[in-house]
Amino acid sequence: MTYRCDFKCRFIVAFAGLLLLVSLFFPIWSYYITAPQYPEGLYLHIFANKLTGDLNNINTLNHYVGMKDIHPDSFPELKIMPLIIVSLSALAVLSVIVGRKILVYLWFIIFAILGIVGLADFYRWLYHYGHDLDPNAPLKLGMDYTPPIIGIRKMLNITVHAYPNIGGIAILLSALLGLIGIVLSLRGKK
Amino acid sequence: MKRALFLISGIGVIGAGALFLGCPPKEKGAAGLKEAAEAVYVPPGQHDEFYGFFSGGFNGQLAVYGLPSGRLLKIIPVFSQFPRNGYGYSEETKAFLMTSHGFIPWGDAHHPELSQTDGVPDGRWVFINENNTARIARIDLRRFETVEILEIPNNGAPHSAPFITQNTEYVVVGTRFSIPFDIKTGKLMDVPISSYAENFKGTITFIKVNNDPNYKGEDRMSIAFQILVPGYDYDLAHCGKGPSHGWCFLTSYNTENAYTLLEVNASQKDKDYILAINWKRAEECVAQGKAHKFPAVYYHNYYDEKKHMAVSEVKKEVTVIIPEECPGMAYFLPTPKSPHGVDVDPTGEYIVAGGKLSADLPIHSFSKMLKAIENKEFAGEDFGIPIIKFESVNHCLIPKACLGPLHTEFDGKGYGYTSCFISSEIIKMDLKNCKVVDRIPVYYAIGHLMIPGGDSRKPWGKFVVALNKITKDRYLPTGPELNQSAQLIDITGEKMKMLLDFPTVGEPHYAQAIPADLVKDKSLQIYNLNENEHPYAVKSEAETKVVRNGKVVHVYMVAIRSHFTPDNIEGIKVGDTVYFHVTNVEQDWDIPHGFALMGAENANILIMPGETRTFRWVPKKPGVYPFYCTDFCSALHQEMQGYVRVSPADSKVELKWGTNKQL
Repeated sequence: MTYRCDFKCRFIVAFAGLLLLVSLFFPIWSYYITAPQYPEGLYLHIFANKLTGDLNNINTLNHYVGMKDIHPDSFPELKIMPLIIVSLSALAVLSVIVGRKILVYLWFIIFAILGIVGLADFYRWLYHYGHDLDPNAPLKLGMDYTPPIIGIRKMLNITVHAYPNIGGIAILLSALLGLIGIVLSLRGKK
Repeated sequence: MKRALFLISGIGVIGAGALFLGCPPKEKGAAGLKEAAEAVYVPPGQHDEFYGFFSGGFNGQLAVYGLPSGRLLKIIPVFSQFPRNGYGYSEETKAFLMTSHGFIPWGDAHHPELSQTDGVPDGRWVFINENNTARIARIDLRRFETVEILEIPNNGAPHSAPFITQNTEYVVVGTRFSIPFDIKTGKLMDVPISSYAENFKGTITFIKVNNDPNYKGEDRMSIAFQILVPGYDYDLAHCGKGPSHGWCFLTSYNTENAYTLLEVNASQKDKDYILAINWKRAEECVAQGKAHKFPAVYYHNYYDEKKHMAVSEVKKEVTVIIPEECPGMAYFLPTPKSPHGVDVDPTGEYIVAGGKLSADLPIHSFSKMLKAIENKEFAGEDFGIPIIKFESVNHCLIPKACLGPLHTEFDGKGYGYTSCFISSEIIKMDLKNCKVVDRIPVYYAIGHLMIPGGDSRKPWGKFVVALNKITKDRYLPTGPELNQSAQLIDITGEKMKMLLDFPTVGEPHYAQAIPADLVKDKSLQIYNLNENEHPYAVKSEAETKVVRNGKVVHVYMVAIRSHFTPDNIEGIKVGDTVYFHVTNVEQDWDIPHGFALMGAENANILIMPGETRTFRWVPKKPGVYPFYCTDFCSALHQEMQGYVRVSPADSKVELKWGTNKQL
């Protein structure tokens, strides 16, 4: 009977799966940008399906160094991310209902792979915005403007703060809980 | 001789002693340096506690100061054109300055009055009067801009204005100069000036204010009714509060009916009048059909917030009440002597008059007045208006209070503070016990004075600001023409203490102040571009265009850091009238753009984020004309420029436009 997930494991994994749904309603990742003329700061919030915040103002500032306009239509990810999140959540719940450990492991592996791919894709976009500059930009400083994926980076007069928001924290917690559920079920095997 | 020398040298020694001790001569009433500095200093990056709204008199503007620092925050143009931002020059704002006499580029702004709820300033609006061509304006404190101007018919100069009732139900407008109008036709009469007593009349106008918070339009003021009154000079006003809510009081001078050399001929009588009006009774008379509808032509100009432009409506009729047809509505209170200010204390009981040519300061009692009316203690009648006996209404006369008392504000602790023009001082008096308890000199010739909320039911009695007419040596000299001055005086203690002295922009006839917390969070940062319904607005560069319609050319232009679209235009011809409709499509705080064009007989325009403004130009000679952004908007502001090509009237140059392309 060792291939069955016990009660604790089921509870934790189900909770982890449902927790993922939080990221449909709250920003996953956020940027907070300050500059001498912007003591109040500018925000960019990345949701599963949209971008909000001071997008136009950020674009207006970015155009001096030739950065491309950040526009929601540029990102096919915003269309598929909600679907991925719902599917992952459903898979977690399904694996618990069926109760087979193998399904739980599968869920977690898919989750981990998607997480890594997602982060890599995120970084690819950041690198793209930081490097693929308009050659006719008014300011050509030979700089790399890649925003940080997390943490703080100061570029010229602008300081960029990147941090996971409620949605992102929910995903990270979900992953952590998934891991705990699996560890518990492995222990139960002994 | 020896004795005189000794005396002189003695004075010299004292003078030298003062020099050695390094004490600057301290003015009478001045606080200590450290105390004064700590009371008014606002550290960099921090905000003042109060907004102060100071009228600019002959500049037609309203200046906004931070208090207690005295820092100038903004100048709001109201009755005068303002080349700085294009007010009264841009096509959208010209309508504000329209009157039944035509377009008037200048006005005389006197008394700012904050809107109130329950007798307390509420931070929604400021009203202000134009003393030359009778008008009342309303300024919106979300925008800090003029949004409405209403012309007042049958009024020669609305000096006794715009004083409000305790819930801003009405704005009261009296006339300082009576004029010969025919009330039945609303027309000024061509009569001999010497027929003053027979033909000249005054009116007291009650403007109804629409206080509905859900109402979206800016056409909130309308004339409810006018009361016809004898041809005196109605100088100032205040309405009652608390128990006296429902009444308004106006001072008058020139009950002598003088029409020449008024300084002598209007100063003969020992007493003139305060006119007390029961406006609730007036409402009844209107409701009972006792009022008349007479023709009158006057302008109502207001801002269409969605379309970003002022519009003018011409009104054709006014409701008039004749006092003798509405008994119980108006009474005269005899008051010495050419009284100027009339101020009602926070309890609503005491009515302080500034009998400017009398040394004795009269305080009337509202409760005594009601009793006198009930008991018919009248000394006669004038123009169908009963005159109440002086003794029956007077609470007390403070003998020899000061010279030239003008205005009184209150601290809410039972004291009144009165400005004294001739003796250049402020006196503090105990209202109930009728005595002067303190006095402080001011520099010089004070007119109005102001305590934040000092004419309301709940004064924030921290300081009083003296608004002075004569400046002389107070600041570094600037030639014969000097600014006026204001002094900020602490009134928290028993003795008044002078803290700060600062020049003002224009002549501050009156000022009001309100805690910043009641206003600052409502102040807009931008106008929402999505809500901009200006008929010539364009929301993106893709929509920009130039359209010719006969000899009129409309340029639908966009401004964004750091370029205009279009910035090259060809095909304009001599004889065309060109309208540049510039939309600032920024949605970022404090990023205005400007627009000016070489040789245009116009002022520049400033366009706030999300706003559309229109610049009119009639080119006269062929050539290529540069235009540019006048408000330093960004690092590439200097590059924010463009060219318009003007060709002879008969040329075949096609209309073409664009940005970043060869035409």
